[in-house]
Amino acid sequence: MIPAGFDYHAPDSVAEALRLLDELDDAKLLAGGHSLLPMMKLRFAQPAHLVDLGRIPGLSGIREEGDVVVIGAMTVENELIRSEIIRRRVPLLAEAAALIADPQVRNRGTIGGDIAHGDPGNDHPALAIALDAGFVLEGPGGRRPVKAEDFFLGTFMTELADNEILVEIRVPGLAPHTGQAYEKLKRKTGDWATAGAAVVITIEQGKVGAVRIGLTNLAPSALRAEAAEQALLGQPLSETTIEDAATRAAAICDPAEDLRGDRDYKLAMARQMVKRAIRKAAARCP
Amino acid sequence: MNAPNERSAELAGIGEARLRKEDARFIQGKGNYVDDIKLPGMLFLDVVRSPLAHARIKRIDTSKAKAIPGVLAVLTAEDLKPLKLHWMPTLAGDVQAVLADDKVCFQMQEVAVVVADDRYIAADGVEAVEVEYEELPALVDAKAALAPDAPVIREDIADRSEGAHGPRSHPNHIFTWEAGDRAAADAAFAAAEVTVAQDMLYPRVHPCPLETCGCVASFDPVRGELTTWMTSQAPHIVRTVVGLLSGLPESKIRIISPDIGGGFGNKVGVYPGYVCAIVASIVLGRPVKWIEDRIENISTTAFARDYHMSGELAATRDGRITGMRVKVIADHGAFNSHAQPTKWPAGLFSICSGSYDIPAAYARVDGVYTNKAPGGVAYRCSFRVTEAVYVIERLIDVLAQKLSIDKAEIRRRNFIHREQFPYTSAFGWQYDSGDYERGLQKVLEAVDYEALRAEQAAKRADPDCPTLMGIGICTFTEIVGAGPSKACDVLGVGMFDSCEIRVHPDGSAIARMGTINQGQGHPTTYAQIIATELGIPSDRITIEEGDTSTAPYGLGTYGSRSTPVGGAATAMAARKVHAKARKIAASLLEVGEADLEWEIDRFQVRGDPERAKTMKEIAWAAYQHAPSGEEHGLEASYYYDPPNFTYPFGSYLAVVDIDRATGETKVRRFYALDDCGTRINPMIIEGQIHGGLTEGFAVAMGQQMPFDAQGNLLGNTLMDYFLPTAVETPHWETDFTVTPSPHHPIGAKGVAESPHVGSIPCFSNAVADAFAHLGVTHLEMPHSAYRVWRQLHASGVAL
Ligand SMILES: Cc1cc2nc3c(=O)[nH]c(=O)nc-3n(C[C@H](O)[C@H](O)[C@H](O)COP(=O)(O)OP(=O)(O)OC[C@H]3O[C@@H](n4cnc5c(N)ncnc54)[C@H](O)[C@@H]3O)c2cc1C
Repeated sequence: MIPAGFDYHAPDSVAEALRLLDELDDAKLLAGGHSLLPMMKLRFAQPAHLVDLGRIPGLSGIREEGDVVVIGAMTVENELIRSEIIRRRVPLLAEAAALIADPQVRNRGTIGGDIAHGDPGNDHPALAIALDAGFVLEGPGGRRPVKAEDFFLGTFMTELADNEILVEIRVPGLAPHTGQAYEKLKRKTGDWATAGAAVVITIEQGKVGAVRIGLTNLAPSALRAEAAEQALLGQPLSETTIEDAATRAAAICDPAEDLRGDRDYKLAMARQMVKRAIRKAAARCP
Repeated sequence: MNAPNERSAELAGIGEARLRKEDARFIQGKGNYVDDIKLPGMLFLDVVRSPLAHARIKRIDTSKAKAIPGVLAVLTAEDLKPLKLHWMPTLAGDVQAVLADDKVCFQMQEVAVVVADDRYIAADGVEAVEVEYEELPALVDAKAALAPDAPVIREDIADRSEGAHGPRSHPNHIFTWEAGDRAAADAAFAAAEVTVAQDMLYPRVHPCPLETCGCVASFDPVRGELTTWMTSQAPHIVRTVVGLLSGLPESKIRIISPDIGGGFGNKVGVYPGYVCAIVASIVLGRPVKWIEDRIENISTTAFARDYHMSGELAATRDGRITGMRVKVIADHGAFNSHAQPTKWPAGLFSICSGSYDIPAAYARVDGVYTNKAPGGVAYRCSFRVTEAVYVIERLIDVLAQKLSIDKAEIRRRNFIHREQFPYTSAFGWQYDSGDYERGLQKVLEAVDYEALRAEQAAKRADPDCPTLMGIGICTFTEIVGAGPSKACDVLGVGMFDSCEIRVHPDGSAIARMGTINQGQGHPTTYAQIIATELGIPSDRITIEEGDTSTAPYGLGTYGSRSTPVGGAATAMAARKVHAKARKIAASLLEVGEADLEWEIDRFQVRGDPERAKTMKEIAWAAYQHAPSGEEHGLEASYYYDPPNFTYPFGSYLAVVDIDRATGETKVRRFYALDDCGTRINPMIIEGQIHGGLTEGFAVAMGQQMPFDAQGNLLGNTLMDYFLPTAVETPHWETDFTVTPSPHHPIGAKGVAESPHVGSIPCFSNAVADAFAHLGVTHLEMPHSAYRVWRQLHASGVAL
């Protein structure tokens, strides 16, 4: 449980961090360290250099920009949970962040690290997809936006290039007539999801006007369940449409067997989590 | 003079819910654990471990590791051979490789050690050691161990037809142990009106103390003395073992157990890391520290259980049990380093007739080698009692289901009744005391059992009910306090325990024991025993344990033996002090000893209570002018050899609701009634019960050490291994009855393990009960959501 040797760098600006990434061989960005350091301690990862983003002013914090809530990549989970802006404008994030790991991890772990890591077990990817969030990546050539649903390419693989930093997460605030919910089945505190489903649903005049569904830990990367969304769109919500959506969501899943369960169990749980999250989100629609 | 009740309260003796004396330093982070020990010039040892479960070692190249600056030594079996320390004896009469000799027999087995200036360099050194392996087929399934074509694990003893416990029938066979009367049991089955049989696996689990194992070995080459700080539950026995291995006289060996962050059986044994650290310190002449990380702890230092049990009951149609048979395949891993009294290869497993009056019984345990880590410790239980209680408490439920008799009622029909004590079981144990009906009745009334069964019936009648409701009952009897030295020894040392008490001139006192606290509250409760016996306030009594150079020899703390054995030694030592104090008082008061009577904290003259000498006054006098014919001073020691074990018991009831969609089991209610005899400190008892129930919950609901077919341990971190936090731990309701042990000086029995032993079958019984109406009799542990869901699915009731 002791990492191999490495050099530590603590730049004080994004530009400096980008320069280090460019210059150093085999460098890794360090945010909260709660995914990276365990891998280093197991010597699954042995980067020669760590570039700590923790001393860069302005990378963390939550602010409103019109309809959008802007979250700095270095914002830690506990800030999301406590933030008045998040609770009012993106309650899904406060609800879900409280289901991530344990209080100690949530004190250090960042939303940016959770997303950039590309771990299908992490919760923020599916949340970001359900929220239709956008990510802002900064590289030597400046900033570029990427939509959440286009960002995750596979296990530990994302749109992020080696010389880029995720700086912001931009989330549309809660729309009228909209409810949000996250259902996560886990074995115990501090565990990743056996199956998780994030739902953002808008119900107007008795019909589903908009809906987005994100799935956690049910495939090599977080999924958007578009066919499931289609089953609900434009319809009054009923047990039939919910069942249909759940079936379609499970149909796109490709979970790996592990100690949490085999594929059958995980597919069944995907259905359950989707159903529960739809019902809960719908019940929260004002 | 204060009123008697005030003086009595001032003592805070037996029966007081006194706050734990040791907590202040733990709460303030001022504990002193092994890893807190830092000595000048101290080196660090780290271990090269096998990635494979079964392989021949073709080549070990240590040159790259030795070339790393700061690496002082790399040791392999070859280096230990000249010292004859590449193998070591185990507590169970086997030998264990200290460093792999020719082949590795379990994943993560110790292959080499690196000693370096700091633990970071040592870890880099471990990475740099190159080992070439030739993989061999791994034996993972214990039930296949004795097959003719099974891979031979222990080539070193493959051709031995005799083991430490009798004949061996196969190279992978360790022992066959039998108890009870086979012919009588067979006759009971032949004549039975009904019989039931159930196979069940008590899975391999790990005690997983928060503090892992470790030591600091410090050899002083000038004085020829070895001091080792070690997180050990049995420091004195370790000293004897180290003496045997090293050839040093025990007088030159000092083992110190500092604060211990939980043991639960994991810290009874002697591990290769200890031996290597000691050797390295002797060879290098510098202190050497070895501390396991979590993965090493779960993967290598002693596991518990792994009993494949087949149980049977014979009974009459109205549910009276007439016979019992149990067969067990016991998976001991690659070396038999089971922690046990030396002559008991299956521990006290034959307590498996439980709380029931079963006229004929027979048990057989076959120990086998597999390609898994060695061990088989008593994880918060007396040796194999958890397994024994599990098999009988599950079987009686299976019988109840078969006969459609209520699960509380079938227990009542079979209990050993109060007037039958002392009771000798079909296996030959002499149960000292018990009152089982009273406890069960109290529990059933407290939870309104009838209403719970009515609610369950209503839920079963409703096909849309989203949950299955289960009610589990467990009425267990434990056997603890090993043990009478005529029956129990460790490497020939009888399992007595000891106490020395020294009363100082000012009437305060220090007492030292051969046991060692790991969270049980010894510094608090032992003082309370002495307070009541001697009339010295608890707060003026210091308790010290764990340093073999100061404490009297004792066998240590495990198997709930501290109160039954160490606590008895404490009371008896106090009584010796008391007897001398009486002499001094008689001399001071110029009366005969027979004219004195003891009152709380003083001797007073019979019929003239104004003439009295307090223990404080007597203590001063003992150092001032001893009565003629007496030595100065006021102290005594006592080595207590218990005449029998003690038999704590309890009645537990659990109510669970199983989510038919996810398989998650919610413990709605858990009611635990314990009878541990005399209650020394009710607050500590309650704390111990909470802890034991929580660990029982962990075992029943989530803990397991799963292996794949190659012998890879799949869950060796706390990501997978279930250690419940306050979030998932259910609410516990506790209750008690008091049935004192007739043979213990203060009637106490030991309590900390009962909740673990008793709760596990209670959870399993509740989960199985939830499925009883569907014809299901048993679900294997752990009752994780996934496994329970599979049963929901198989029974056609998954949502
Ligand atoms: C016990 C435990 C339980 C956990 N349970 C959960 C859980 O249930 N759900 C969950 O979602 N997570 C869980 N996690 C993971 C945790 O949330 C991590 O904090 C998170 O995944 C990574 O965030 P971090 O800030 O710690 O990033 P780090 O570990 O510092 O970095 C992770 C990776 O992302 C890269 N990176 C970090 N920040 C940036 C950035 N701004 N731009 C580009 N690359 C970046 C790093 O280079 C690294 O490769 C758990 C962790 C632990 C230890």
